[in-house]
Amino acid sequence: MSARVFIVDGARTPFLKARDEPGPFSAADLAVMAGRALLARQPFAAPDLDEVILGCVIASPDEANIARIVGLRLGTGFAVPAHTVQRNCASGLQAVASAYDRISAGSAHLVLAGGTEAMSRAPIQWNMAMSRWLAGLYRAKTLGQRLKSFARFRPSHLKPVFSLVRGLRDPVVGLSMGQTAEIVAHRFDIGRLAQDSYALQSHQRAARAQADGVFEGEIEPIYGSEANYYGQDNGVRTDTDLEKLARLRPVFDRPFGNVTSGNSSQITDGAALVVLASAAAVKRWGLPVLGEIVDHAWAGVDPAQMGLGPVHATARLLAAHGLGIADLHHVELNEAFSAQVLACQAAWASPDYARDELGLEAAPGAIDGARLNPHGGAVAIGHPVGATGARLVLHLARSLRDAPGALGLATLCIGGGQGGAMLIRAGGAP
Amino acid sequence: MTSSWTLSESDDIAELVLNVPDKRHNVLSWEVVGELDQVLAILETRSLRGLVIRSGKPQGFAVGADVHEFRRVLDAARAAELTRAGQMVLARLARLPYPSVAIIHGPCLGGGLELALACSYRVACDDDHTSLALPEVKLGIHPGFGGTIRLPALIGPLPALSMMLTGRGLTARKAHKAGLVDECVPQRYLDAAARTLLRDVPPKGRAPWYKKIPSAPFLRPYVGAYMQQRLKAKVDCRHYPAPCRIVSLWARQGSFEAEALSCAELLVTPASRHLVALFELSEDLKRRARAHAHGIRHIHVIGAGVMGAEIAAWATLKGFQVSLQDRAPEVLARGIKRAHGLLAERLKGRAAEAARDRLMPDMRGAALPKADLVIEAIIENREAKHALFAQIEARVPDRTIIATNTSSIPLDDLAAGLSAPGRLVGLHFFNPVSKMPLIEVIGGMATTPTALAAMRSLAVALDRLPVDVKSSPGFLVNRVLMPYLLEAVVLAEEGVALADIDAAAVDFGMPMGPIALADTVGLDICLAVAQTLSAPLGLQVPDLLARKVEAGLLGKKSGRGFYHYPRPRTFVRARPPTDPAIGERLIMRLVNEAGRCLRHGIVAGPDMVDIGLVYGTGFAPFRGGPLGYAEALGAGEIASRLTELAERYGPRFAPDPVWSQEGVLARPPRDL
Repeated sequence: MSARVFIVDGARTPFLKARDEPGPFSAADLAVMAGRALLARQPFAAPDLDEVILGCVIASPDEANIARIVGLRLGTGFAVPAHTVQRNCASGLQAVASAYDRISAGSAHLVLAGGTEAMSRAPIQWNMAMSRWLAGLYRAKTLGQRLKSFARFRPSHLKPVFSLVRGLRDPVVGLSMGQTAEIVAHRFDIGRLAQDSYALQSHQRAARAQADGVFEGEIEPIYGSEANYYGQDNGVRTDTDLEKLARLRPVFDRPFGNVTSGNSSQITDGAALVVLASAAAVKRWGLPVLGEIVDHAWAGVDPAQMGLGPVHATARLLAAHGLGIADLHHVELNEAFSAQVLACQAAWASPDYARDELGLEAAPGAIDGARLNPHGGAVAIGHPVGATGARLVLHLARSLRDAPGALGLATLCIGGGQGGAMLIRAGGAP
Repeated sequence: MTSSWTLSESDDIAELVLNVPDKRHNVLSWEVVGELDQVLAILETRSLRGLVIRSGKPQGFAVGADVHEFRRVLDAARAAELTRAGQMVLARLARLPYPSVAIIHGPCLGGGLELALACSYRVACDDDHTSLALPEVKLGIHPGFGGTIRLPALIGPLPALSMMLTGRGLTARKAHKAGLVDECVPQRYLDAAARTLLRDVPPKGRAPWYKKIPSAPFLRPYVGAYMQQRLKAKVDCRHYPAPCRIVSLWARQGSFEAEALSCAELLVTPASRHLVALFELSEDLKRRARAHAHGIRHIHVIGAGVMGAEIAAWATLKGFQVSLQDRAPEVLARGIKRAHGLLAERLKGRAAEAARDRLMPDMRGAALPKADLVIEAIIENREAKHALFAQIEARVPDRTIIATNTSSIPLDDLAAGLSAPGRLVGLHFFNPVSKMPLIEVIGGMATTPTALAAMRSLAVALDRLPVDVKSSPGFLVNRVLMPYLLEAVVLAEEGVALADIDAAAVDFGMPMGPIALADTVGLDICLAVAQTLSAPLGLQVPDLLARKVEAGLLGKKSGRGFYHYPRPRTFVRARPPTDPAIGERLIMRLVNEAGRCLRHGIVAGPDMVDIGLVYGTGFAPFRGGPLGYAEALGAGEIASRLTELAERYGPRFAPDPVWSQEGVLARPPRDL
């Protein structure tokens, strides 16, 4: 019998769109600012945590095991262990899942989990030829050797490696993430207009949610040293329309593709954290309960069609609990690309896909559009890869808090060909 | 063996440990120095490879001479005798037939550093607590145990003079770079480093040739003259003779004997007496405040204006967990910028990051339930503060102390807004918080003694002096300062040149003139404070001040007040006063108000009046504060001067009845 796991609270930074230069905060800074505000309002203190688990995909060179850095900076003290997980786009979800597993197994009671990413600060590195040249130079002892090593320098050694660009490319199939979106769009015949319309809806929904104060209490304003402060996700556009979106050129498959910067998720900096607690911890500290994590599931798919990962992970998760798509009150499906979200919907609706790929007799059916990402998604809000999974769980839990007992799903496609899904039940005292 | 020094020997190396009994820090009293002499007599007879000197106190090496003993030395001849004796002991140490090394951790100050300088080598601990300094100048004297001779020889005259003139400390790392210590290593290698020096016996440290250039016989007088000139732009040698003596001792290539005589002379000057008394008073104040644990870890500051942001930054710098709240995000953002700027000035790298992490911007006051202390620094408005207190009280635990930084609203009026008024304390910080070393601690009628004691202790933890002040208009500092500032404005109205007004005050020994001070504080703020105080204190506010504010001439911050800004130098060089009446009028109004505060029992006695004014306004410390000055002149003289001024300039100079009270300036005897 595994222990029950509760989501008691959570907070995230505003998601800050990358503006072609290193952003104002490091990944660790972002996680510390979200975590500091989150912990400040808890009845317990940072050293009372049993563990800190964070997802982060491209940490900077001085952020090795960033979870430990963040834990110490938050004042957990030396005794609280911390580790960092990496599952590409679902790293934040993996962190929450790992925390769930620890509590569920009875080996922890109170865990700070989530993810952080400063994509704008992804390192730019020397290439391997430069590394070899430098190594030769360091190894040389005599003046003659040094001169000889030095002379091996070639201008091509100066060509930098952009870790962000490399990170968003699948090395096994040799495709960028955007190209995998083009592939699934083509497979399900999802045109440019459909993609752009979905992107516009994402912006409109996010803008309305901002205006309605939906993110109040979820987003903690953050402050820099130059009197700069950020209170809201700044990638949400209120000034866009179908005409403007239609003017954008395809980025990944030029010139014939349909995936543009307008209908893809944004390169963004941000952090999202949740506090997970066992029933005992909820009682001990008198914690409020937002929701309960029921389970999580993961699935692998063709890396060239990684966008379909959620279909498979969700099928597995629902089957394990005897549930159907219609049982889900609210679904947060990460919008890596509009095309990919629409492809998932098409796959769910397709009897052929259900039979051939999922081994089901009937199609599970598409998700009701009103229940899918009702407050916008990564196309408008942004996708700091390490953090998004945690943002989805946090936003889902907060959105469901007024519907006790309702079920919600957070799911993401994962570069490299995977899908992850987490099932949440609203409210529920231990 | 003696009570303070413990000698042991192993492997032909002697180890001498200094541990002065019943003291927190090693203090080099005459007795401790005398005991060292006895130990050296034994050591001289031994045939050893070397001597290691270290402190047995975890707190540090040694903090120098015993200041308490200074007062017992009544005449210069006796002082010279004692200083000479100390020099002889250290000379004996320097002459040992084998090398010696001092292991330094924590503070190594004054005579402590001179002791280390007499050793062949020095090894310092590479940590944040280690600091090497010759701070004698702050007490109106200069090093007397050979420091003025050994230090320039070791690190070169210019760095040595800079250390002695400022009294500022060097970290172990900087001391190593300067050549003051031979090794700077982590604590775990101190012993190994010391023993390696004794084994290898490298040449003793000496300043490199290029640093010794200013010491060349044909250059020395000129460099000395140049230094004197630069010094005179900063300090007045009539008021503070010690710095000028330091330079002239070096310039004239003073002998040990000259150093001893000069130091002895300075020791018995009134300036040194006053500086020593103030030092002792402040140390005593701190010790008593520290005796009570403050129990505060998290400080929540509300109001992110200049004052709130600086209080938050300062508390963060001193290691507290701090949250800063403001309703307006732009104000909060500017406050955070100001705070980060202050932290960046003093901390680097990881320490700066850790400090920024400790300071949480908190628009919604989420941290209130965890705050041990809430400091309110919002606008000076009773209703606004009452409303805020209601919000605070609803969210903080019962133990939380609430402090207000009000400078004008009586504490009991504010306490009426609280359901538990016992927790309300006034904590009056001075602007700029990072530079002003005083906090007025104000208790209302309901304030609990525990809350007051906690706030005094907290003030010390913030590296500030807590002075207990009765809740009354202007408290102590603003109240005493205001008549002085207003008199300056009256003088300006009369057509006296601004520079002459400021020069008269500087000539008296104030750090800056009243006109420059008003401009720095802001004329709008001066006017507001003057208006609040005018009724209760019967002050007339000169029209000129209001006219300036109306015209938008607010002082430094608006680019123009009495002066135009930026000014080339804010410091007005002391010069002979054009008219002695100017200074007299300024100072006597201040002194008269200080006397009135004494009579009204605003603070506990003349010592506290002086501490408040010296540390809160920079009132000529060498004069011992306004009442120290009055004491020197005599109460009768003050009264007759005031009467004379009142006849000439009006009733605002009418002497307070305090001056005719018998023994009013008597201070409680302090134990020696």
